[in-house]
Amino acid sequence: MPKVSRWRTKALLVALFLFSALLLIACQKTTSTPQSIFGGKGDHAREIQSLFVPIIWIAGVVFVFVEGLLIFALFRFRAKAGQAKPAQIHGNTKLELVWTIIPILLLAGIAVPTLSQIHKFAQPAGPGALTIKVTAHQWWWQFEYPEEKIVTANELHIPVGRQVNVLLESADVIHSFWVPQLAGKQDVIPTHTNRRVFTALEVGTYLGQCAEFCGLSHANMHLRVMAQTPEDYDAWLKAQQAPAPAPTTELAIQGKELFSRSACIGCHTVESVPAARGKIGPNLSHIGSRTTIAAGMLDNTPESMAKWLKDPAAVKPNMGTMPGYSMPNMNLSDGQINVLVAFLESLK
Amino acid sequence: MAAITQTLRPATESNTIWGWITTIDHKRIGVLYGMTSIFYFLVGGIEALLLRMQLASPNSTLIGADTYNQLFTMHGTTMIFLVVMPASVAFFNLIIPLQIGARDVAFPRLNAFSYWVFLFGGILMYSSFFVDGLPDVGWFGYSNLTAYTFSGNHRVDFWVAGLLVLGVSSVAGALNFIVTIVNLRAPGMRLMRMPLFTWTTLVTSTLMVLAFPVITVALVFLLFDRQFGTNFFIPAVAGGDGGDPILWQHLFWIFGHPEVYILILPAMGIVSEVIPVFSRKPLFGYPFMVYAVISIAFMGFGVWSHHMFTVGLGPIADSFFAISTLLIAVPTGIKIFNWLGTLWGGSIRFTTPMMMALGFITMFIIGGLSGVLHAVVPADTQQSDTYFIVAHFHYVLFGGSMFALFSGIYYWYPKFTNRLLGEGLGKLHFWLMIIGFNLTFFPMHFLGLQGMPRRIYTYGSNMGWDFWNMVSSIGSVIIAVSTLVFLVNLFRSFKSGKVAGNDPWDGATLEWTMSSPPPHYNFETIPTVYSRDPFWEEKEKADAAGTPIKAPVSHGHPHMPSPSFFPLIAALGLSLAAAGTIFSNVLLAFGILVVLIGVYGWSFEPATKPGAEHSGH
Repeated sequence: MPKVSRWRTKALLVALFLFSALLLIACQKTTSTPQSIFGGKGDHAREIQSLFVPIIWIAGVVFVFVEGLLIFALFRFRAKAGQAKPAQIHGNTKLELVWTIIPILLLAGIAVPTLSQIHKFAQPAGPGALTIKVTAHQWWWQFEYPEEKIVTANELHIPVGRQVNVLLESADVIHSFWVPQLAGKQDVIPTHTNRRVFTALEVGTYLGQCAEFCGLSHANMHLRVMAQTPEDYDAWLKAQQAPAPAPTTELAIQGKELFSRSACIGCHTVESVPAARGKIGPNLSHIGSRTTIAAGMLDNTPESMAKWLKDPAAVKPNMGTMPGYSMPNMNLSDGQINVLVAFLESLK
Repeated sequence: MAAITQTLRPATESNTIWGWITTIDHKRIGVLYGMTSIFYFLVGGIEALLLRMQLASPNSTLIGADTYNQLFTMHGTTMIFLVVMPASVAFFNLIIPLQIGARDVAFPRLNAFSYWVFLFGGILMYSSFFVDGLPDVGWFGYSNLTAYTFSGNHRVDFWVAGLLVLGVSSVAGALNFIVTIVNLRAPGMRLMRMPLFTWTTLVTSTLMVLAFPVITVALVFLLFDRQFGTNFFIPAVAGGDGGDPILWQHLFWIFGHPEVYILILPAMGIVSEVIPVFSRKPLFGYPFMVYAVISIAFMGFGVWSHHMFTVGLGPIADSFFAISTLLIAVPTGIKIFNWLGTLWGGSIRFTTPMMMALGFITMFIIGGLSGVLHAVVPADTQQSDTYFIVAHFHYVLFGGSMFALFSGIYYWYPKFTNRLLGEGLGKLHFWLMIIGFNLTFFPMHFLGLQGMPRRIYTYGSNMGWDFWNMVSSIGSVIIAVSTLVFLVNLFRSFKSGKVAGNDPWDGATLEWTMSSPPPHYNFETIPTVYSRDPFWEEKEKADAAGTPIKAPVSHGHPHMPSPSFFPLIAALGLSLAAAGTIFSNVLLAFGILVVLIGVYGWSFEPATKPGAEHSGH
């Protein structure tokens, strides 16, 4: 064997080794990936996986077969010194028909389950489904439960085992509603009401985020779905329907005072503050009960709430020129922030 | 041919800047297109590097949201409209007249016009940087984010004006090549004897002529929405009234999907030239290959909504586009198998152009297979707008188009410089590029399946995306190094590369019959073609007879049309007018006036300047 081709064989083997090592690392679940499309906990996500995985295997087999043929041909038919001109073959109609028809059959095999699942997923929600109206904003999510008469933001609570009928609307530009562990994404388009029907199968908190580019802070438009046991969900619902407890600490009472006469009420609703009926920003009636703030960017602690109030754009970049779509910097003093945080955190 | 043999141009061209500015020689225009697209390849590449540096680690604050959004928008727009398309057009210009036995394209001054429009269009779009920053709405510019309410500065206006101008360049160029290929083929070159690269040029040009009017209409609607308060795309939220942003998506993708084939078909044509030459075998299944190209182009107009499977078009539309998308994989598969058939039983020489072509096939198979996965609509609702898609189309457009374009550069460079590009540096370029490419883009499949959306400037460390993003960013640096190796090779070989001669690769097609570089009138005597691989046939006959190939008898130099600067003036006026749509009606009117002056001068300029040397014919 000439020296050059031995080197080439080695290089190929090393490349193959590296490639398979890469694949192995990929398959090993060394870190947790909360937004993975695999191992779903919703019926929609699971059915997609059961369709997708066999097709990945088919693609894998085709890949190995075709690349294998190619690599074999490259080794087998490499030019040798003094070689005569190879036979000048112009084609082979039979062979070409074979490699036209086999892919058609293979693709038809993929088409059948694809079409049946398309039609299955297009079915409307059954009776007894929980209807939730989702309104996407630049850059946060509003969740309205029309029958339960509550409005919340960025954290969607649903009961496990009950079908959820999500109706999707946009207040501004196109967004996309996506919680990969539960269901495939569905675009949220102004003046079109889209729908996604799914059922959460296991209790847990599932991460999602906007999947259609929607402007400056597209990356910061997260949501969480809290799938709860029916009992826990009912308890949560009761708490949301009731007004938040009146503030008890001195700071929080001052905070409520400040809140009621500040610009906050122009954009935010707080049920326990009669003047606060704004609809532009998230409903804050029970903000203290949420685990995160700023569309999932910060854990809900007094420190991060203070950081947010101090300079919202430093946390979530916004179009400063366009108040009305983004939380403006209210130029609050530290003392004002202190009392507002105490009040907001009291809204359990 | 009569028109060309009777028009006149001196036998040699002046190698001054003025000579290049006024050139209407297809080879020089090809070089201009090529150099410009290499320049923009560096610009788009630097943009990509910055994006990868930002994403290398979670919560990075390196460039921030606004810069990131500008860069990913311009990276996509640049690579598509200012790199791959003009690079393909560079090859159309350089190769097509030589390959079909013509002395130039059908409309040489229109050809110069196309180039200048392209150049000024690119400059216009990038000049946004000096006004309000670069466009930041994505290369797909989805409405209604582009509405004035949400994009209140001039960035979108520059994007619209730039794309409108670039569209003029593409359509003018495409018409030129359709007419050239249909009318100027050498005697005997029937359609089914045309080299495959000529075929893909013809089909790609047809796609351009049909697809660009659609995006032009969409862009004009958008311009009206922004400038005159119309409501084509602006729905009744946030101050809008009654338009529909979905209309933009349909118009954009009816253009956008054929555009994908505009980007890949020339690449397939290049590979179909390179593989047979370095296998020493004719292309396997030529008629199937031709029909496959045509059917891909035809079906390419019927798959656009597979970009819109999450829009909610309903099960009937989704089913139709799923089936058409699966179906288009069939002709694509035929091409791959026929390249395999060409290699099979051949005598394969691993030169750099061949390795780039083989890199194309290997990577394109991966991109093709992941493409089939997107036709599975329910699965696509998980993949759409994630890094899985980013991985897929980079395997098609970088692993596919870019590898093939590099193959074409290594293959045809000697024809125009009489120097071979260095094989050592060429192979280093290839290996670095293919390793860097796979390190950058293969992990993106994993990231997409792990739920990482596209177009996000940052991600949290709790998402589990750190490792593969780091790997991907390291890969992008290796691609950058490979590009430097290529540039060094390009410049070093120009001065000191191995002398190539007329036919360094034992070529099969007409361009290898002429001197390197070819005289500016190309063929002194237009050859007659008797087969698909005319030069192979000629060499075989000469070998059999034991005689050297006869040089054609010289009749003195044919004369060509004179250089002209009017196309440049018309092109400049067009870009000024487009800039006028952003800034002022006065500028718009002035631009239109300049266009008229250019066109007037162009129309009444004699093809031959008085006093130009006449001889013979």
